[in-house]
Amino acid sequence: MPGTALPHLWLVPILPLAGFAVNGALALLAPDRKRLVSVVGVGVLGGAFAVAAAVVLELARLRPDAPLVFRYWPWLSVGALRVDLALQLDQLSALMLLVVTGVGALIHLYSAGYMREDPGYARYFAYLNLFVFFMLMLVLGANFPVMFVGWEGVGLCSYLLIGFWFNEKVNADAGLKAFIVNRIGDFGFLVAMFLIFRHVGSLDFTDVFTKAPATFASGDRTITAVGLFLFLGCTGKSAQIPLYTWLPDAMQGPTPVSALIHAATMVTAGVYLVARCAVLFALSPVASGVVAGIGALTALFAATIALKQWDIKKVLAYSTISQLGYMFLGVGSGAYAAGMFHLTTHAFFKALLFLGAGSVIHALHRAYHATHSPEDAQDMRNMGGLRAHLPWTCALMWIATLAIAGVPPLSGFFSKDEILGAAFARGAAHPAWYLFWTLGLAAALCTAFYMTRLMLYTFHGPNRTGDAERAHLREAPAVMTGPLVVLGILTVLGGALNLPELAGGHLAGALARWLEPVTHAAARLTAPSSATLDLGMEWLLIAVAVAIALAGVVGAWQLLEPARLVPARLAPAERGIGRLLWKKYYIDELYDAVIVRPIVWFSRDVLWRVVDQRLVDGVAVNGTARVSQALGWLGSRLQTGELGLYVVLFVGGVVLVLAAAVR
Amino acid sequence: MSPTVALFWTFAGIAVASALLCITRKSPVASALWLVATLFQLAALFVILDAQFIAVLQVLVYAGAIMVLFLFVIMLLNLGRPGPSDIKGPMGLAVATLLAGVMGLQLLVLVRAAPPADVTLPPGALLGASQTQGMVAAVARPLFDAYLVPFEITSVLLLASLVGAVVLAKRQL
Amino acid sequence: MLLGPALFVSGLLFTLGVAGVLLRRNAIVIFMCVELMLNAVNLTFVALAQALGVAGQIFVFFVMAVAAAEAAVGLAIMLAIYRHRGTLNLQNINLLKG
Repeated sequence: MPGTALPHLWLVPILPLAGFAVNGALALLAPDRKRLVSVVGVGVLGGAFAVAAAVVLELARLRPDAPLVFRYWPWLSVGALRVDLALQLDQLSALMLLVVTGVGALIHLYSAGYMREDPGYARYFAYLNLFVFFMLMLVLGANFPVMFVGWEGVGLCSYLLIGFWFNEKVNADAGLKAFIVNRIGDFGFLVAMFLIFRHVGSLDFTDVFTKAPATFASGDRTITAVGLFLFLGCTGKSAQIPLYTWLPDAMQGPTPVSALIHAATMVTAGVYLVARCAVLFALSPVASGVVAGIGALTALFAATIALKQWDIKKVLAYSTISQLGYMFLGVGSGAYAAGMFHLTTHAFFKALLFLGAGSVIHALHRAYHATHSPEDAQDMRNMGGLRAHLPWTCALMWIATLAIAGVPPLSGFFSKDEILGAAFARGAAHPAWYLFWTLGLAAALCTAFYMTRLMLYTFHGPNRTGDAERAHLREAPAVMTGPLVVLGILTVLGGALNLPELAGGHLAGALARWLEPVTHAAARLTAPSSATLDLGMEWLLIAVAVAIALAGVVGAWQLLEPARLVPARLAPAERGIGRLLWKKYYIDELYDAVIVRPIVWFSRDVLWRVVDQRLVDGVAVNGTARVSQALGWLGSRLQTGELGLYVVLFVGGVVLVLAAAVR
Repeated sequence: MSPTVALFWTFAGIAVASALLCITRKSPVASALWLVATLFQLAALFVILDAQFIAVLQVLVYAGAIMVLFLFVIMLLNLGRPGPSDIKGPMGLAVATLLAGVMGLQLLVLVRAAPPADVTLPPGALLGASQTQGMVAAVARPLFDAYLVPFEITSVLLLASLVGAVVLAKRQL
Repeated sequence: MLLGPALFVSGLLFTLGVAGVLLRRNAIVIFMCVELMLNAVNLTFVALAQALGVAGQIFVFFVMAVAAAEAAVGLAIMLAIYRHRGTLNLQNINLLKG
């Protein structure tokens, strides 16, 4: 029935919020009612997805040219600033809506199985629901402040969930690291908001994006600054160079959290931001170049680190950083549809990979728990040959691996290829983009290699888990494997969302056409130099990409020998280049020495010891007290009880009075 | 310099010297006696200043009664015997000199100031006019005339002090 | 004619009296210095009476009467203090802890 779903858009974020409230109350009052928590926690997500689907269907039927804005209430009204609590539905936010609620619902269902034995079950679902609420506020926000509320909120939930098992210091530290590094990015976002408000006078998306081309000349310093500061926010939230260091540490949280927040949704917020602000980035070629360049560089950088990681989740974390780099390369090249396409396909296969890894870890954990072994359940050197024990997980993860490597006809191939094609095309007008394309290609090679390595060491070759434990290795329950199957199907078929013209015929470019009302404003501003490639060139690029992907997969299969691995506790330390990669180029140590230590020193030895203790406490607080005391002591000297002193004071007073008379 | 002026300065000089000695003697008895000397010089000064009645009153009441009372009490309390000096040390001396000196200078300045023009003569007329009645009458008549009330109050005051002194000095109430 | 010099002498005597009050610790000697101050004031009054009228001398009359009353009571108090404290040294008569 037309016109019934759209007014209920507000239900989509409110359902998870209600879930948070209920689960939160249960966490405090009745934490062992796990069945109720599951029903509420997963149910609200399912409901949200259903409403979202209905809303998007109606949007598709309506085909509006401008975004639909729903204002709920006036929030800020200060001077010239008017900000409302408003949600905006257009094709871009509709896409994000479906990804967040859809993949989110699957991961919630998976969590019901994965976290079943955890005593903090209710608290987990409360936080997870809250996260989805904030993420939806982020993508549905109609103005920068509402989006920022969501932005900060997901950061908060990330902190809460990374440090979910806060009893261990390393987990709490990881949560703290994520939050603090994100804050640096948030500073950039705020400065950009200030600049926008100052020059445009409004913070509503519709206002800003319609007025921006008139307010800023292309290449203007201010708009470049805006773009760069916004991107600083993105490097924080989406883990790009230089603010990516929190994401590998974030793997300390439960695996479904890593799947939802640190693969499919929160980290993609930066990409969404760039796509949303496409008009602003199109007005500043420098900013767009920086976005694409950093994206390409990060893609390769993270991919090389993943080559030598032994923790299965760390490999996937660096893989996420690398794939996010591709997305930024896409949106930085003006190919906003390509970037969003990769965001969507990545959500499918990366969530699948993480959840699959979760099943593996779950199995190993149970095995080690049964034999009371202290071994690391996440180290690939303790795995091997799991294909026999977890066949479904193995098959599904292979699908995801081939997708991420870019093997056709899986979805990852189409999205990655489109991004590389857009970068190459832009190279004709701006030669720097040829470099970016090269970096992207090199990263693709590494991606194929390390993902195959992961699969090889985990599922193939001899098993290194230990003889006693092997008996306990078992496939995950249906509640966990079910979502994996759904994601697998989406990974295979997802390519259909945006087939290239070569292959798709009338289906081609569906996503690009869907997003056209949102991206055309920016596309108009970008110089027509990013024209499409000719057919021959396109086929050549595809051939190169496929060749690289296959080279990576086959190369890894041939060169790596899983039989030569030993279990983690016996494994020798890495040396040489391997050590450099394993230690992630020592970047964390560098940041620690150059940034963290000086700040800590300054805070402790200057701000605390000197300013706080000596100046504020000593001079201002105690000093005032001492002055009062001194004045009081002085006053007390007037009342000694000695008449001699009284007489002296008396005469002194008379002298003073006479002095007045003499004058 | 007329003889009156010369006499004035002589007696004034002796008065000041006696006062100086009074405040610097260690023994209270010596101080008392030097004060008596000062009072006598002042009586002489009063005579020179045409206040003969007051001069006689000074000798009779002040030097004769009040100072005798002082001496009685000093003797009663056996304070005449030499003991530790009660003059303050160098610090006290400095403070005293400073404050008294400043005050002296201020008074010096004030002395030179003229009395305000709107000061009215109180009822009692000029001294010259009352010379005819004799000195005592000149002072006594206003006493029972314009200043009767203060006079009567003074007598009550004397009664009160009499009773007070008796009560305060008793060994047992 | 002698008004100026008389006032000068009076001021000098008054200053000496103040100095005495500040210098001494014995209560009776201090009292005597106060009497000295009163006398200096008497001199002032008498000197001014020559110029302004007999009221000055009448005032001296009253000053003397009051001084007598005050001396009687004051000395009685000092007797009482001496009996109670054994000393008239003001430094030792100190009930307030300073």
